[in-house]
Parts: sequence; C-alpha cells; structure tokens
Amino acid sequence: MAAYQIAKSLDYKGLKCPMPIVKISQEMPRLTAGEVVEVLTTDPGSLSDFPAWAKTTGNQVVETTQESGVITIYVKKG
Amino acid sequence: MPGQVPLDPGEKEIGMALDVERELAALKDAVAARPGPKKKLSMVVFSGELDKHLAAMIIATGAAAMGMEVCMFFTFWGTAALRDPSKRVGGKNIVERMFGAMLPRGRDRLELSRLHMAGAGTAMMKSVMKKKNVASLGEMTEIAGQMGIKIVICEMSMDLMGFKLGEMVDYPGLSVGGVATFLADAGESSIQLFI
Repeated sequence: MAAYQIAKSLDYKGLKCPMPIVKISQEMPRLTAGEVVEVLTTDPGSLSDFPAWAKTTGNQVVETTQESGVITIYVKKG
Repeated sequence: MPGQVPLDPGEKEIGMALDVERELAALKDAVAARPGPKKKLSMVVFSGELDKHLAAMIIATGAAAMGMEVCMFFTFWGTAALRDPSKRVGGKNIVERMFGAMLPRGRDRLELSRLHMAGAGTAMMKSVMKKKNVASLGEMTEIAGQMGIKIVICEMSMDLMGFKLGEMVDYPGLSVGGVATFLADAGESSIQLFI
C-alpha cells in the first residue's frame, strides 16, 4: 500500500446507502484539487458506488483496501 | 446567369469545395450549440407507499450526490406524504375532509406496498431499518432540502384531494405546478423516472 498524504480521515462506518456518497459529495467543496482523503466505511455497496460517483463528479478513487469488514477508500479531489 | 463571367472547370471545383467546407463548419457550430440533456433527474412520485418513497428519496439524494440537478414531482397518492401532521387547515367541504381522513397524514403514516400486514410489517421494516442505521424518510427529506433537491406538488392532485399548501411540510422552495412543469423539466433531463 502506497503512502498518501492524507488531508483528512473520514469515518463513515455504520452509514448505509445513500449516506456514504452523500457525505463524500458534501466533503468535496471543502478540499482543494489534488488532496486525498481516507474514507472508512462498512457499507459493501460503497465498493461500486464510490468509483461510479467519482467518475460522474470528476474525482478519483486512487486505492481501495479491505480489512476485517472495514473498507478503506482513498479519494482524490479532481 | 446573364452578367456573370463563366468559371472555368478548375475554379468551379475549388468554389464547390469551399462551399462544402463552409457548410460543414456551420453544421459543426450548430451541433455544438444544441443544448444536450442536462445532468438532471426528473422524477414523478405517484405512489403513496413507504417502500416506494424510500426508493425515491435514496435515488434522489444519490443523484444529487453525483452532481445532478434533481426535481421531484409529487402527484396523486404521493401528495399525501407531504402533509404535515401538526398543521390543520379549515375551509374544506365534506368530500375533502373525507379524503383528508382516509389518506395518510404525512410520511410517517405511509404503509409498505406489500407485507403491511395491518401495520405489523411496516413497523418491522422501520425497526430493521433503524437497527441497520438506514436513514429514515424524514432524515433523507431533510438532506434532500440541504442538497437543493426541488419538490413540486401537482396542483390538480391537491385540488382533487382537498389538500392546501398550508398543511404541507416546510421544505425549502416547495412549489406547486402542473403537468407542463414536469414535462418541460423532464424534456431537458438525462434521467426520467416514474415511481
């Protein structure tokens, strides 16, 4: 796993659809382009939702890891 | 044509080629200028059932999260979900009062479309949702308001059922409209849904 300069760590554990992508979309205006945030989620739907969301909003999912039920998604602001 | 100097064959071909190029450029400009479908979702909420309203709100908030403009048109049975149970308005005739009594008084009184089981099924569904931390209809509606999702209520439905705007919930920019409002909106949207 590459080391990223994380601007923020966002704990979305326990949140269910549609909240993870709703919250990340509300977070984006607070970031500057190129910043990477770390999202922690337990929602399995996020595995496909985040890339889909990133594609339509011009952002990027740079990496996704999974460990004991917690999915970590690194989102880069476009 | 009289008065014109006749072109020799070579010049004529060049002339035609320039005409074609000019027309092509004009066409390209016209195509680029044409308004394409906006990144927009137009949704009709016709049904009055809890499960369908949940799906509608999840899709609407999801779409707004993806950067889409969203407009929801509440009509017919869906109108009842916008009633505020704490508000009472007078001036209704007997039929309108009957409708008011028979239809759910707001989103918390909506029933599942299946397995309602005289209330047991709906209650069970709500309890499971709460345990699993799924946002409720009320929570999602508040988020929808924050995200700028527009809600328009069908004027005709309100008139038929005797609902007044004064008994509806407080929602940012809540307005009333007719079918043309929906169709104009839907016509320029990239996604149109009927729930």
